Amino acid sequence: MRESWDSRERIAGRAGRVTGQANTSGDAAAPPPVGADLRISVNGAWHALTVDTRESLLDTLRDRLGLTGAKKGCDHGQCGACTVLIDGRRVLSCLTLTVSLDDESVTTVEGLGLPGAPHPLQRAFVEHDALQCGFCTPGQICSAVGVLAEAAEGRPSLVTHRDRAHPGGSAEPVITGALPLDEEEIRERMSGNLCRCGAYPGILAAIAEAARAGEGAR
Amino acid sequence: MRPFAYHRPETVAAAVAQAGGADVMYLAGGTNLVDLMRLGVLTPATLVDVTRVTSATIEQTPGGGLLVGAGVRNSDLTAHPLVRSRYPLLAEALLAGASGQLRNMATVGGNLLQRTRCSYFQDVTKPCNKRDPGSGCPARTGDHRNLAIIEHSEHCVATHPSDMAVALVALGALVHVEGAAGARQVPMPGLHRLPGDDPSRDTVLVPGELITAVELPALPLAARSLYRKARDRASFSFAAVSVAAALQVEQGVVRDCRIALGSVAHVPWRAGRAEDALRGAPATEQEFARAADIELEQARPLPLNGYKVPLARNLIVRALADLAAVR
Amino acid sequence: MTAPVTAGRRYAGAALDRVEGLDKVTGRAAYAADHRPADLVHAVAVPATIARGEVVQVDVDAMLKRPGVVAAIWHGNAPRLATSDEELAVLQSRRVAYRGQYVAVVVAETPEDAREAARTLRIEYVAEEHDVILRADHPRAYRPENVNAGHPSDTGQGDPDAALAAAPVVVDEEYGTPAEHNNPMEPHATIADWHGDGLIVHEPSQNVSGLRATLASLFGMPPGHVHVVSPHVGGGFGSKAKTLPHTILAALTAKQVGRPVKLALTRRQLFVATGYRTPTVQRVRLGAEPDGRLIAITHDAVMQSSTLSEFTEQTAVPSRVMYAAPHRRTTHRVVRLDVPTPSWMRAPGECPGMFALESAMDELAIACGVDPVELRVRNEPAAGPESGLPFSSRNLVACLREGARRFGWAGRDPRPGVRRRGRTLIGTGVAASTFPALRAPSSATVRAEPGGRYTVRIAAADIGTGARTVLTQIAADALGTAPAAVTVELGDSALPPAPVAGGSMGTASWGTAVVRACEELAARLEAAGGTVPDGGLEVTADTGREVRAQERYSRHAFGAQFAEVGVDADTGETRVLRLLGVFAAGRVLNPKTARSQFIGGMTMGLSMALLEESIMDGRFGDFLNCDLAQYHIAAHADVRDVQAYWLEEEDPHLNPMGSKGIGEIGIVGTAAAIANAVHHATGVRIRELPIRLDKLVR
Repeated sequence: MRESWDSRERIAGRAGRVTGQANTSGDAAAPPPVGADLRISVNGAWHALTVDTRESLLDTLRDRLGLTGAKKGCDHGQCGACTVLIDGRRVLSCLTLTVSLDDESVTTVEGLGLPGAPHPLQRAFVEHDALQCGFCTPGQICSAVGVLAEAAEGRPSLVTHRDRAHPGGSAEPVITGALPLDEEEIRERMSGNLCRCGAYPGILAAIAEAARAGEGAR
Repeated sequence: MRPFAYHRPETVAAAVAQAGGADVMYLAGGTNLVDLMRLGVLTPATLVDVTRVTSATIEQTPGGGLLVGAGVRNSDLTAHPLVRSRYPLLAEALLAGASGQLRNMATVGGNLLQRTRCSYFQDVTKPCNKRDPGSGCPARTGDHRNLAIIEHSEHCVATHPSDMAVALVALGALVHVEGAAGARQVPMPGLHRLPGDDPSRDTVLVPGELITAVELPALPLAARSLYRKARDRASFSFAAVSVAAALQVEQGVVRDCRIALGSVAHVPWRAGRAEDALRGAPATEQEFARAADIELEQARPLPLNGYKVPLARNLIVRALADLAAVR
Repeated sequence: MTAPVTAGRRYAGAALDRVEGLDKVTGRAAYAADHRPADLVHAVAVPATIARGEVVQVDVDAMLKRPGVVAAIWHGNAPRLATSDEELAVLQSRRVAYRGQYVAVVVAETPEDAREAARTLRIEYVAEEHDVILRADHPRAYRPENVNAGHPSDTGQGDPDAALAAAPVVVDEEYGTPAEHNNPMEPHATIADWHGDGLIVHEPSQNVSGLRATLASLFGMPPGHVHVVSPHVGGGFGSKAKTLPHTILAALTAKQVGRPVKLALTRRQLFVATGYRTPTVQRVRLGAEPDGRLIAITHDAVMQSSTLSEFTEQTAVPSRVMYAAPHRRTTHRVVRLDVPTPSWMRAPGECPGMFALESAMDELAIACGVDPVELRVRNEPAAGPESGLPFSSRNLVACLREGARRFGWAGRDPRPGVRRRGRTLIGTGVAASTFPALRAPSSATVRAEPGGRYTVRIAAADIGTGARTVLTQIAADALGTAPAAVTVELGDSALPPAPVAGGSMGTASWGTAVVRACEELAARLEAAGGTVPDGGLEVTADTGREVRAQERYSRHAFGAQFAEVGVDADTGETRVLRLLGVFAAGRVLNPKTARSQFIGGMTMGLSMALLEESIMDGRFGDFLNCDLAQYHIAAHADVRDVQAYWLEEEDPHLNPMGSKGIGEIGIVGTAAAIANAVHHATGVRIRELPIRLDKLVR
């Protein structure tokens, strides 16, 4: 299996003295942290903050503002547990640098409802047992809020596109306007939110119920 | 993450001026850059946030194409009615990529400049010629199940991860860039580089150059097009192989076609040989297979990714057959 | 002795919503990493970048000059611990036993500074040759004394070799399952906070009582000085059941710096020292009569463990339980490699073992021309095939029949590769499931207040199973009150000691203690004339004697899983179109949370079947695909139509609730059912998981 790449081969198993440093590019000097001032609205309240430029929105919410509903499941944009809404659109707070959010409005799961006055989706999640350990749940719910809005705005998913703009169907006008959310749609649109407990069927049922209620309201 | 200075200029000129120093990178959606900074793969000293300088609008060009601002979010591009009707392969490629959240964040410019997801590249404790030139390529003799089969080099076997770029290569999009030396336009294919002996450079852009827009040509052919992505997980997963294809058939004969492959090479791969073989040929499954085989003759699979050859072949045939409605 | 409490049953069996549901959906439920004690500092564990060798030097001085850095600790300056457990002896030696082992920790005022410090810490090693790849013929494979859960390593009856040589029909195949990682959505995290000589630890734990005992012993103090707080656990699947090195590292660091420390593992770090399922290499041989009746079963399994400790998954154990056959042999071998120690991952043993056995049964069904459901029915044993013990209850056949009915199995054409919908090949498959019904001693306290409220206190864990809800129902019934009048406190080591949330024995173990405490309380209340005294009334029960005295039975839950798959003829992409399971698991105490448990297990089984594999790089010695973009777990789009049903099963030999555990059986057999369906769809037999497209495209 081994071939000769170069001197660093020794890191890959050849015995000998090696220096390990996670940072192979080697920082000569350690630059000091950089601070930045900004104003951000979270769940309707404005905060004036000085943040480290490296700070993610997720860390700002959790460590600075005490809003621990958004969860750090991977910190790499691969699980969806940190999903929040910025100006109503779902985004990943782990990959969002807080410094870039001056004057922006963020909504977290805490801003959607309270245990005594839950959001309809929150209530539906409980009723359909759309959660087990609950760790991915705030992200699932924020994502579902975003999904309902996206469908109402007529934003397609891969399923929509395949179903309604058949390949080669150039003569067909593309559907615009609100899109119905069937099961295939919900599964595809919610696939950025992983759930290891496997609560997907309950999540589907909860969102489908909220979607039906929303369509009824329109 | 290494501490960095952050600037948010208001104009392209200011952004380009600020990008003149050492260790400066542009920040747009951040979905890949922030991730790579957290991994220590990228350690910029300065970020120039370009979300206020690049256009987030989509305009029709006089020639009948579309000019897409580099700041357009992936989800906005794919929701645009003209993109959906005139360029279905692009809409589908975008929708097949990432997740709803990521598409809301990622921009057109950033999507083009994504880095490879090769696991050695992402792990700074291991050698990688792309990340650390001259350190070696452990993927070549290690885990390369999902890496390149075409035009890889002894120095790098990485693939480009973007779905959108595959569609843009098929369309022959024009990338508008601006740098200290002025503005220029880079055609696709042509933006991305093959690894050769310098895999550290993914594109032909020079340091400080900023993608400002992507121009989609008027291409009536593209109205009949699709993007097919094969992957192990049903969603939220990079491609094993993908194909973007457009086909124009007249009286049973291929008048014109566009074919591009994703996840087979260091660049989004325009299957020019297959296209050449098909123009003027009967629109039959046999001809589609023949064209695919001609394209894939140049494949040099590695020990663990030979499956990509039949996969790419089958995807090409399937895409064309679906477009020609011959199956 | 263990007669089921049937009289007055009102709430056990009812579909109550999760009692903590609203806290979880509104983001108010506090998980370990959500705590922020005053004066908190942030620690980051620094992993070894060699797979074997020694740490020579760590550049602490340079690190301490950096902005915000509070401490950098390694073997050279770490406090000593009182332990001979090499797994937990963090920073107690210069030795590196596997790549990624924690060799240092850095502490800073902010998480950003701590992460940057960890990234740039310079460490000098002397590396040695390493060996990290499991092979069935590895020269250092040996027979362990026992395997996990105390089973003997090797067992046998009759003369299987002679029987196989003479058998009219023989299946002899090798099956493989890869290393897999638990990957709960909540990464492990510890907040360690010393107060004088006492230690408070916020930690997602499946076993707060066990963690308290281990911490107390390591730091040389009485258990009462350690307080583990873990009210909500973001999934564990076995990975939060044992005490892990990062917890020790956090506690040690907090002691050293004299401030509360938060140490949150990154997702990538979860692929190192939080346990994983060992890869397995299994050979199964089945000898049968032409009608499918088994004559001989052999099941030989080879697994890996680390150089630090021996953990051998009980992979071949289900072959001791499943089918009748006069000749049988099961063996386990383990190879100690320079890798992290594998550990418990949902249904250790049964899960990989039943993939092999139930795939082999499908191959036998084809070889004999017998329907796979019928084949299993034909080999149903009258008593434990190896133990000879009577089954307390066994309804595998009923599960198979009911599943076949619901799934629409009747009339299935057994020919492979002949069904198409467009460009999709369609196939169906079946496999059996099993999991032992265990019970461990537990204690519990119940307290009555004069106003009619009750509080149950028990150091149990709710890792998403619904334990808090089900214990509420159990207590309500035993007390003859409504669930709303009962508060269950769990997830705290200050509560009465209780066993691990693992082995599918949580509800059985904790529930028994809760029932006994409630019964005793009710009796005392009755003796006191039915009036709760002003100061309340409290009773504690301990089930040690009861559990140890339980009669000898073979106690297992059983199930049958049916899968329908579609395989894309062009791409080899496999999608599970339908997955239907029928289980017999005693009394189901809450249909809502139970359904979620079964479906959750089946979903993880689907994920195992199609996606999961941790890829070891032999040159570097670590798992390469150590994130959720490269290690795929099933996403929502993968899970289309998953249904779980259960049979009413009366079993008087279990526990007061009459329940068997349901947390693990759902994952057992799923992968085989799917692999069997893939064969039915395509004619291709996949014996090495996962069933990725590269194995099917052509």
